[in-house]
Amino acid sequence: MRIGIVCPYSWDMPGGVKQHIDDLAQALIAQDHEVSVIAPAADDDELPPYVTGAGRAIPVPYNGSVARMSFGFISAARVRRWVRDGGFDVLHIHEPLIPSLGVLACWAAKGPIVATFHASFSRSRAIAVAEPLLRSALEKLHGRIAVSDAARKSLVEQFGGDTVLIPNGVTVARYTEAEPLDGWGPDGSTIGFLGRVDEERKGLPILLEALKSIPDAKLLIAGPGEVKVPKELRDRVTVLGMVSEADKIRAYHSVDVFCAPNTRGESFGIVLAEAMASGATVLASDIPAFRRVLGEGQAGALFRNGDPASLAEEARALLEAPERRAKLAAEALVAVRKYDWSTVARDVVRVYETVTAGGAGRVEEDA
Amino acid sequence: MTSTVIILVVGIVVVLTAVYVSWRAGRLDRLHIRLELAGQALEAALLQRRSTVLLMAGSRILDPATSLMLATAAQEARIAGPEERERAESDLSRTIRAVVDQDRFREKLAEAPGGADLLEELDAAVTKVVYSRRFHNNAVGVTRTAQQRWLAKTLRLAGHTDFPQFFEIDDDPPKSMATE
Repeated sequence: MRIGIVCPYSWDMPGGVKQHIDDLAQALIAQDHEVSVIAPAADDDELPPYVTGAGRAIPVPYNGSVARMSFGFISAARVRRWVRDGGFDVLHIHEPLIPSLGVLACWAAKGPIVATFHASFSRSRAIAVAEPLLRSALEKLHGRIAVSDAARKSLVEQFGGDTVLIPNGVTVARYTEAEPLDGWGPDGSTIGFLGRVDEERKGLPILLEALKSIPDAKLLIAGPGEVKVPKELRDRVTVLGMVSEADKIRAYHSVDVFCAPNTRGESFGIVLAEAMASGATVLASDIPAFRRVLGEGQAGALFRNGDPASLAEEARALLEAPERRAKLAAEALVAVRKYDWSTVARDVVRVYETVTAGGAGRVEEDA
Repeated sequence: MTSTVIILVVGIVVVLTAVYVSWRAGRLDRLHIRLELAGQALEAALLQRRSTVLLMAGSRILDPATSLMLATAAQEARIAGPEERERAESDLSRTIRAVVDQDRFREKLAEAPGGADLLEELDAAVTKVVYSRRFHNNAVGVTRTAQQRWLAKTLRLAGHTDFPQFFEIDDDPPKSMATE
């Protein structure tokens, strides 16, 4: 299939959406599809062969933060030309509600168009003003994908209709090899936590409470936000704050037990999948999503959700049993393959096949 | 002088109205095309699912009771009249779930020659029913809204097309399916 993918955010800035698109494009190319990505990028930027630049990205404040996006006549003309010359069987737009290349592509193209919604947004005044405009863009979408329940919910609440859910993938190979962080390493007593530390549903307070009754264990915390560590735990807890992508992978390799004490939400639990791909032994709360990912305890240990005593008991047992840890980690490496990008890309291709079924024709320029 | 102005103003209003109406009509037309394609995709996905289930039933890999159950459900869905379709296709979904979610069903099937391919095919067919039905019902929703607008109703912009109907079935995939 010839697939055109539209990326709304600057290609030279790291970010979740851009990473998603790059992983997807590479997985599709590996499955012998022809892929062309258009993204905000300057002409002299170094780009992979499958990426076309649509002009320099401009930083603009949008929806509470600053995003680097492309818009204006020049970008519109380039998107139009890319659509016209692309000969795509399907056009895949990411974040079509963002005032960047996605909206431009919706405007310039007709035919089998699919869109993926990444961010959840609240019913802001800005969106309310633009609603008629966005509605007519949405009407052109033959298929809609959301990457999370939150993204799906906010889209459905604002604009109605429904989406299919295809969660993010993990490029397993990227996680399997890494050096532990300097001064750290699995030494039989290190527990790890990753995620927003000040978000109650991520469950860090439960882990801190449990740590009081896991003698001699150290805790390594990575993730943005402010955290209050109880006084008696200060010498056993290290807070790294926000870490780079590379350091995140190294952090997974620095711990004996990776703990995910999330109390709810987590339609899929990408953090869990990343830890599994890194070869860490996982200890997670027994919320439905985690039980599914961990194969009911086959590929990682589970504790009673919200219960520090249960967490502490399981953690102590794991830290005392290196063979069990090794066995769980090996099972996890097998189980995580289901969440590899190659599998996720297969579902995305099924969406493409659905919207191109019958006499849908190709993507054409909409004059 | 004033009559010229009046004629001019009336002329402009007429032209603008015509442009607006033709734009609305074009938009409705595009929605109808999208709806028709989505309906075809849904039909294709349902057909594919029935064929895959029949293929599985006839594969001689499964035990006779399972084969019979699958074949019956697929056949019921195939011959169901318009009133019965949603129920029959839902029953097929439930039958697939009951069969595939048996303990160790996947492992056993994957061991048989050709079994892994059949499973893969069934997973694809089940997923595509979910996807195409979502997309179809989305198209139905927006088309209905557009048809019911005052302008479309008064000027009969939709022509003689039927009022589109949602397709409501239970299409939940087996629990053991790869993702979600």
